[in-house]
Amino acid sequence: MQKNESSISFLEKQFQEKINNDIKIEPKDWMPEAYRNNLIRQMSQHAHSEIIGMQPEGNWVLRAPTLRAKKILLAKIQDEAGHGLYLYSATETLGIDRKEMIEQLQQGKAKYSSIFNYPTLNWADIGAVGWLVDGAAIVNQTMLARGSYGPYSRAMLRICKEEGFHQRQGYEIMAKMMAGNASQKEMAQDSLNRWWEPSLMMFGPHDSESTHSEQSMKWKIKVESNDNLRQRFINKTVDQAHHIGLTIPDKNLTYNKETRNWEISPINWEEFWNVVKGNGPCNRQRIAHHTKYHNEGQWVREAALVFAKKEMEIQ
Amino acid sequence: MDNQFSQWEVFIQKKNGAAHEHAGSVHAADKNMALQNARDVYTRRNEGRSIWVVPTDSIVASTIEDEVVFFDPANDKIYRNPNFYKMPKGTTNL
Ligand SMILES: [Fe+2]
Ligand SMILES: [Fe+2]
Repeated sequence: MQKNESSISFLEKQFQEKINNDIKIEPKDWMPEAYRNNLIRQMSQHAHSEIIGMQPEGNWVLRAPTLRAKKILLAKIQDEAGHGLYLYSATETLGIDRKEMIEQLQQGKAKYSSIFNYPTLNWADIGAVGWLVDGAAIVNQTMLARGSYGPYSRAMLRICKEEGFHQRQGYEIMAKMMAGNASQKEMAQDSLNRWWEPSLMMFGPHDSESTHSEQSMKWKIKVESNDNLRQRFINKTVDQAHHIGLTIPDKNLTYNKETRNWEISPINWEEFWNVVKGNGPCNRQRIAHHTKYHNEGQWVREAALVFAKKEMEIQ
Repeated sequence: MDNQFSQWEVFIQKKNGAAHEHAGSVHAADKNMALQNARDVYTRRNEGRSIWVVPTDSIVASTIEDEVVFFDPANDKIYRNPNFYKMPKGTTNL
């Protein structure tokens, strides 16, 4: 049967009713093309972020101060690879294949979280990344786990279970350095100074400026606004910083007793858009690195296929 | 020519006696690689004790759009439920 316009609008209405009643959408269900495309964009971006996010941390594997620290960092990075794979797998249920997603990443057509375009300059940065970047990711992903698309929401649940370790190992690094000597303290503070604002930007532009927000909320791809999530993250993090003697690098930081929120200075959005557009400190390096190792693995994939074929012939 | 291998669906049994539950998918060149990838991706914290992998192409699924028609045969047979039957008052152990 051909679908005429009225049957499409009927399906759309039915679809929206499912969403309104918190019924999850599954891969084979009918969905508006725009819902599918919006999800492919967001989920593949999310997957790319997990994968590219391994680079700034990988920078410190060989320089970790102790064997314990090295093992923890390796396990964390391996989790991030896993997160990328859960998400690629969930995105594939929407009908795009992995090869295409990777091409989009390498050609700059698909974005990833801008936070990973900042360099990790010293060991304290590994602490700050775990504490702040994974901390912000937890706030965001806990919200996404309540989203309407079944495979995405299930991937988020799995990821959230693993993120707790990521944030705690980061905070432990910061706490240890803050209990150390003057130069260790200085290193930790310097790291917070550099990562604070970029981590606030992870939640995206203000609700009033966010292009995809309204439709995403209607479809429950997102169930809370950027500004709400950011505020929740600020409130948690400010207290954690003070607890170990760190200073939030914001002269205007004030506690509002009525709203019980920590209020901050306006965010430097010019910097944000500049990094999004590709002019951050490490944008080019991150994609070049990804492409290089992807291409160098080509012969391994080819060999594995030839081996698989031989195996089949023997059987 | 680049390739990303074929796709396999992963089912994990969490504990002895439980059913294998769908966890997600992996890419792999052959069945051994599929099993190993499934282990590395989905059971890094002992989440399972047994894994099945099935080529994604081999999965056949009904659709929600056909839900009503497809499951219709079960709709008018409430006599399949024990509560359909009225027992004489005072009957025990039944
Ligand atoms: Fe992650
Ligand atoms: Fe993480």
